[in-house]
Amino acid sequence: MAGVLKTSPAGVAEARNRRRSGQGRRTLVRLVLVRLAASAGVLWGAVTVTFVLLQVMPGSTADVLLARSSVSPEVRAGIVAQYGLDDPLPVQYLTYLGRIARGEFGESYVLRRPVWDEIAAQLPGTLLLVATTLLATVVASVVLGVVSANRRAWVRSLFASAESLVVALPPFWLGLLLLTVFSCTLHWFPAIGSSSPSGLVLPTAALAAGPAAVVAGVLREGLLRAMDEPFVVTARARGIGEAALRLRHVLRHALLPVTTLLGWIAGSLIGGAVIIEIVFSRQGIGRLALSAVANKDMPMVIAVVLVTAAAFVLVTIAVDILTWVIDPRTRDAGR
Amino acid sequence: MPRSLWPWAAVLLVLAVMAAAPSLFTGIDPDAADLDAPLRPPSAEHWLGTDQNGRDLYARIVYGARPSLLIGTGAVLLALAAGVLIGVAAAQLGRVADQVLSRSLDVVMSVPGLLLVFLVVAVLGPGGGTAAIGLAVVSMPGFARVARGEVIRLRSAQYVEAAHGFGWSRAQVVARHVLPNAAGPVLALATVSLGAMIVASSSLSFVGLGPRPPTAEWGAMLSESREFLALAWWPAVFPGVAITVAVLAVTFVGQHLNRRVEGRHS
Amino acid sequence: MTPAGPLVAVRDLTVRFPVRHGMVEAVRGVSFRVDRGQVVAIVGESGSGKSVTARSLAGLAGDGARVGAAELTFDGVDLREVRGRAWRALRGRRVGFVLQDALGSLDPLRRVGAEVAEPLRAHRIVPGRQVDAEVVRLLGEAGIPAPESRARQYPHQLSGGLRQRALIASALAARPDLLIADEPTTALDATVQRQVLALLRERVGDGTAVLLISHDLGVVAEIADHVYVMKDGLFVEDGPAAAVLESPSHPYTRTLVGAVAGHGRGARPAGSAEPRSAGTAREVLRAEGLVKRYTLPGRGEFTAVEDVSVTVGAGETLGVVGESGSGKTTLGRLLMGLLEPDAGRVLLDGRPWDGLRGAERRAARRGVQMIYQHPLSSFDPRYTARQILEEPLRADGTPREERDRRVASLLEHVGLAPDVLDRRARELSGGQRQRLAIARALAPAPQVIVCDEPVSALDAPIQAQVLDVLTDVQERLGVAYVFVSHDLGVIRRLSHRVVVMKDGRVVESGELEKVFDHPEHPYTKALIDAVPRFAWRSSGVSSGGSKRGASVTGA
Repeated sequence: MAGVLKTSPAGVAEARNRRRSGQGRRTLVRLVLVRLAASAGVLWGAVTVTFVLLQVMPGSTADVLLARSSVSPEVRAGIVAQYGLDDPLPVQYLTYLGRIARGEFGESYVLRRPVWDEIAAQLPGTLLLVATTLLATVVASVVLGVVSANRRAWVRSLFASAESLVVALPPFWLGLLLLTVFSCTLHWFPAIGSSSPSGLVLPTAALAAGPAAVVAGVLREGLLRAMDEPFVVTARARGIGEAALRLRHVLRHALLPVTTLLGWIAGSLIGGAVIIEIVFSRQGIGRLALSAVANKDMPMVIAVVLVTAAAFVLVTIAVDILTWVIDPRTRDAGR
Repeated sequence: MPRSLWPWAAVLLVLAVMAAAPSLFTGIDPDAADLDAPLRPPSAEHWLGTDQNGRDLYARIVYGARPSLLIGTGAVLLALAAGVLIGVAAAQLGRVADQVLSRSLDVVMSVPGLLLVFLVVAVLGPGGGTAAIGLAVVSMPGFARVARGEVIRLRSAQYVEAAHGFGWSRAQVVARHVLPNAAGPVLALATVSLGAMIVASSSLSFVGLGPRPPTAEWGAMLSESREFLALAWWPAVFPGVAITVAVLAVTFVGQHLNRRVEGRHS
Repeated sequence: MTPAGPLVAVRDLTVRFPVRHGMVEAVRGVSFRVDRGQVVAIVGESGSGKSVTARSLAGLAGDGARVGAAELTFDGVDLREVRGRAWRALRGRRVGFVLQDALGSLDPLRRVGAEVAEPLRAHRIVPGRQVDAEVVRLLGEAGIPAPESRARQYPHQLSGGLRQRALIASALAARPDLLIADEPTTALDATVQRQVLALLRERVGDGTAVLLISHDLGVVAEIADHVYVMKDGLFVEDGPAAAVLESPSHPYTRTLVGAVAGHGRGARPAGSAEPRSAGTAREVLRAEGLVKRYTLPGRGEFTAVEDVSVTVGAGETLGVVGESGSGKTTLGRLLMGLLEPDAGRVLLDGRPWDGLRGAERRAARRGVQMIYQHPLSSFDPRYTARQILEEPLRADGTPREERDRRVASLLEHVGLAPDVLDRRARELSGGQRQRLAIARALAPAPQVIVCDEPVSALDAPIQAQVLDVLTDVQERLGVAYVFVSHDLGVIRRLSHRVVVMKDGRVVESGELEKVFDHPEHPYTKALIDAVPRFAWRSSGVSSGGSKRGASVTGA
């Protein structure tokens, strides 16, 4: 294809160029719209899967929703009416879709509270932990990556070994160790169940260690690889300083794979936070989800799954936009 | 294999034997409670100390190898089998099948891993097998994508094109060139996933969604240790060391195997 | 500035690199000088040390490189004493550098204008407010049409030729005294090559000296005043360009010259009376009215091959000439029956591909084999050379005891020693790989072999050897070739008849001599014009192009 473009007359190329630069913002809008549509499709698929699960689980759907908690016949009749459980299956499906689309996740018959109220109460704590962890991951990995992007091989392998070790540590065990050392022995940080800001330090450290090690490694490889790129040697041959070289040319290239990785990490942190919340007995989605699973509280389980999936999908779109901003090559790729 | 990897290969071998025949490593019953000796520190009698019920930690770690490693391994094998099947089907069965399968994978991947496992456990009920299935569902899309990508890449590879020119049938070309060359990257993903799956399965046991107590499982042991953190450090340390060492051994040996496969391909 | 002394004077330059055990000497004591306004070329194959020699002049020899010299001066400055920050004052300001790899030398994440502006800002050549205007002026000077809008674009939006011009503009931005150009035209099509060379020549007119690094004697012949020939870290010969190229004294230079000009063994004597000519030979492959279109997402339809008809006689070579994107590779795959044409048909030995199904079609496939530009990717990476050669024999059911004998005779045909058999292809050299590819293509005893740019990835002397093997095999076995290439010298050397393709169409076809000596179509004329003059001069063909003052036209 390149050859075709190459041989096209200058005038045509010119016209195409004008169109391209003028279209910049419009292609971004289109990218976001396309990604939103795709995400809506994915989420619709996820909702459909949960509907199928409710159908195939043993026992009647009403029993499943009730999680075998004892309720009066009136409440039971209310569920049947709410979910349209007497209707034919396609109608039931549409009713279900409509409810989820309106954000009506129903009632947790175990907690005897609307599901959404409970999630809304617990979500901020989890999001706070995810946010501090992401921040810690970025700061720690950039510092470590830049420091370890050293020409000396032994420095690099030292960092690489340390990263392998940290990645192999189960985060919940790291949390336990931190608790043992810093809370039980040194008493620097509150033990468990604290909602004070200092109570965030240990959970954040436990959760951020693994991702920070992974990202630092990727960043280091990216920095070293970029240093050998022909355009970096060319820039150096123009007589610019080392600091400008790293800032203008090298770091941006090294950050490209990191953005993608961070998007993925942000998604998996939602899951990781669940475990860490339990280690530190923190309030949050984690404990909510775990008790829901233990009690087979399906309305709650489904709501948590769908809410976290939606969050994950939004993060992915954000990463796409970020990549679009950093890398001009991706701007023409979708056409 | 480089000399520096030999210790890790040895660790892997020891763990495999431990999982297969734990009685070779200890004569102590891992479930024998001695209520007179709870939370004893490491000593000559109890090498790694005892837990809150006076059970020998060393014996529990030895007997814990099987459930702790089996769930992760089983999850990877299940994911590998299902993923390759789906990936090859997506690559071979035409556009419509490809679209349907690929979009379905997107749906599975849209749910953060651990919560997807929660969903599976909520449906099937907790237990070791459920945990393995849940983890397999989470990692299956990765295998499917790699397998699909490899088959599509190899289909247009020049050496596959050349093989068609020798007069082989389509099936012969697939058997001779496509499958053997696609196997490398898929198996590489399997070795990389194994370490992550061992960590994930211990996490599930830690929150009580793994094998039922009193099964000795490393994650579950760590969970029990939480209540006595202020009294005894050893129940909170040694099972974690076991997990970390197992993961490191799997990772290092796996990386080495991957590099050898890659070297063969480039 | 002292116009007296040479701009660059180098005596006994050595460059060594640390390796696992000890040091390896890439440059082993070379001496040369460059005067103002002169074009000096260092010619050699990859790995000869020519790039490292040039980079030493800017302190960019590489990590851990140890540079030693009895004399190493630039305009009177002793470069041996220059350290760290002082290099930066030289780089870009006094010495402009166009590095190898035109396509990768512009930062893909930054606008072209920002890249060109970098030396301007680094050395404060013009006040900040005037940088943008200066960039536009520089781009325009480098022959880039519509420089204002090009400056705002990203490198991936520019063609290879435009990117190379932008690089040259950036290297010349600070008006350096010396421009070092490392392989400035590799990876560019012949017509674009010519334009870039003209641009370099024009710069010399302004008094800038040029140190040109190249493996391509044709390029050197086009613009160099003085030539140094480098081999294994040493200069084996030097002198005025015309003298070195026309009467080379060192045997190595002679192989380099011979490889370009077609002086090697087995070259087809120009205009000789071949015993057979087109029409008399039995026809083995025939294509009638081939059309192949692709749908590009969002860009509509793209016609790769449009109404192409060709015939190939037994034991004959049909040269297919075209630049990248002309559809020649698609044509090759259509002839092999690997692609279905949208219209027209291909007949092998009088039988059309589309009439063949199943086992019959598979058996017919053996009649047409292929040799690829990059042989390594055409071998299964798991296979040894023996397995590679045995595969087609297994496929056609050759009995086991017969196979060893056939493998040995195939090796003999292509001049490979039997000790390669137990090695994998990636352990072989480029030339050995291509010989292996030829041997494998011969294994099913095909009537036609489609050669897709089979030597364009090889160094010149190796090219000559591989072409000799192809000629040899044809004489001995009577196999026909469809020889696809952008390199007119190579086409000329092997072909009996040629077709010239442009944008998927055949624009001209006929006997080799007729097309090359009396081209009719303007495109063919332009192609032949674009070939550096030296190659033709040596093979006794006149050229329309003149050495100096060639005009630059839009790319």
